Amino acid sequence: MAAKKITTPLTDDVVRDLRAGDAVEISGVIYQARDAAHKRLVALIQAGKQLPFELQGAVVYYMGPSPAKPGNVIGSAGPTTSGRMDAYAPLLIEHGLKGMVGKGLRTQEVKDAMHACTAVYFAATGGAGALLAKSIVGNEVIAWPELGAEAVARLEVKDFPAIVVNDCHGGDLYEEGRKRYAKTV
Amino acid sequence: MPVRELDVREVTEAVKALSITANYDLPADVYDALVKSREAEESPVGKEVLGQLIENADIAVADRVPICQDTGFAVIFAEVGQDVHLVGGSFEDAVHEGVRRGYAEGYLRKSVAEEPGHARRNTKDNTPAIMHTSIVPGRKVRLTMMAKGGGAENMSSLNMLKPSQGWAGMVDAVVDTVSRAGSNPCPPVIIGVGIGGTIDMVTVLAKKALLRDVGSTHPDPRIAAMEDELLEKINALGIGPQGLGGTTTALDVFIEEMPSHIASMPMAVNVQCHAQRHKTVEL
Repeated sequence: MAAKKITTPLTDDVVRDLRAGDAVEISGVIYQARDAAHKRLVALIQAGKQLPFELQGAVVYYMGPSPAKPGNVIGSAGPTTSGRMDAYAPLLIEHGLKGMVGKGLRTQEVKDAMHACTAVYFAATGGAGALLAKSIVGNEVIAWPELGAEAVARLEVKDFPAIVVNDCHGGDLYEEGRKRYAKTV
Repeated sequence: MPVRELDVREVTEAVKALSITANYDLPADVYDALVKSREAEESPVGKEVLGQLIENADIAVADRVPICQDTGFAVIFAEVGQDVHLVGGSFEDAVHEGVRRGYAEGYLRKSVAEEPGHARRNTKDNTPAIMHTSIVPGRKVRLTMMAKGGGAENMSSLNMLKPSQGWAGMVDAVVDTVSRAGSNPCPPVIIGVGIGGTIDMVTVLAKKALLRDVGSTHPDPRIAAMEDELLEKINALGIGPQGLGGTTTALDVFIEEMPSHIASMPMAVNVQCHAQRHKTVEL
């Protein structure tokens, strides 16, 4: 499966070109943020305040790494379950977020926001944190260091492997893949 | 026979070492199951994902890093011989201290939040450990450490079934739990099923079931047949590796059973991700 190489920040044209089932390799900057950080990001938007990073075109990675060993850029760094961010994702998408990397099912509200605002959801392989860390070449905490593994970090990635699960056209690999292999017993 | 004295500092050292090695070294039975399922998997994407998981386990061993960034809640099963006299401090404190040191020295993620109903502050040392201690005959202490990640634990279920629902009701509840979980718990999963007891005990049974070796057969042929039936039905769901579609949704299903109240049929399903990390030592 030949992967499409994409670079962040993402434009609408790049997002529209992606289809559920496409393998991608992401290069550029992505932002690490999970539960506690999302709660704070949404509070900032609601208060009309500035976010710690430019949301327009951004890709967030739902991830909280293990601590980096000396000499390593980051510890193990695989995706966490995206569904816990569903309550926050539509507002971020409405404010310019173009891509999310995680694992697991999204709600219809998130899929609708992706369709309306041209955004894409990628899955990275859950439980492959040692492997995925090899594609992360830069790591700098840019907000809320007191949150530890839940802080926001600016990650520089090179050919980070992921697969398109939900595209902006309504395609859903979780649904399609499951239907293809379901059997009657 | 005289009582044997055991210093709890040995317990701390053992728990520390278990916490680190359990998180770095995928058990051989799980590794072998991933290799076999890559052969059998029908979906090309599924095969690729399984290949990534095997490569990931190899990297973790070679680089001495955690298999997964979620290095889990530390669940400790302790079997304490009744002829052992533990000296030098509190046994439970010694276990917590072992977790504290293991998670610090092993560069493991601290994933425990205190006051979870409101403040949700990280305890910053991954304590407390979850402990299940039993007193057994003998002069030894057997410690098992399980690193239980949150994503799969969240997909688990407790089902207070009616006895009239019988085996068919249990099959439906297990398959429904896995079906609803979909891609969330990082399939291929391993399923621990507890049947019987009370609501507290049935969940412990389900968790203990997860300690069995993947690919092992239950000694009771009737239960072995029930496990086979569940595995076949789960793998027919089509969820596949990482939920991207495929024929490997679960690597194995394990059942543990105990007597229940005549009015009850409690059943718990403990969902475990493919990174089934556990390790045992005997002191």
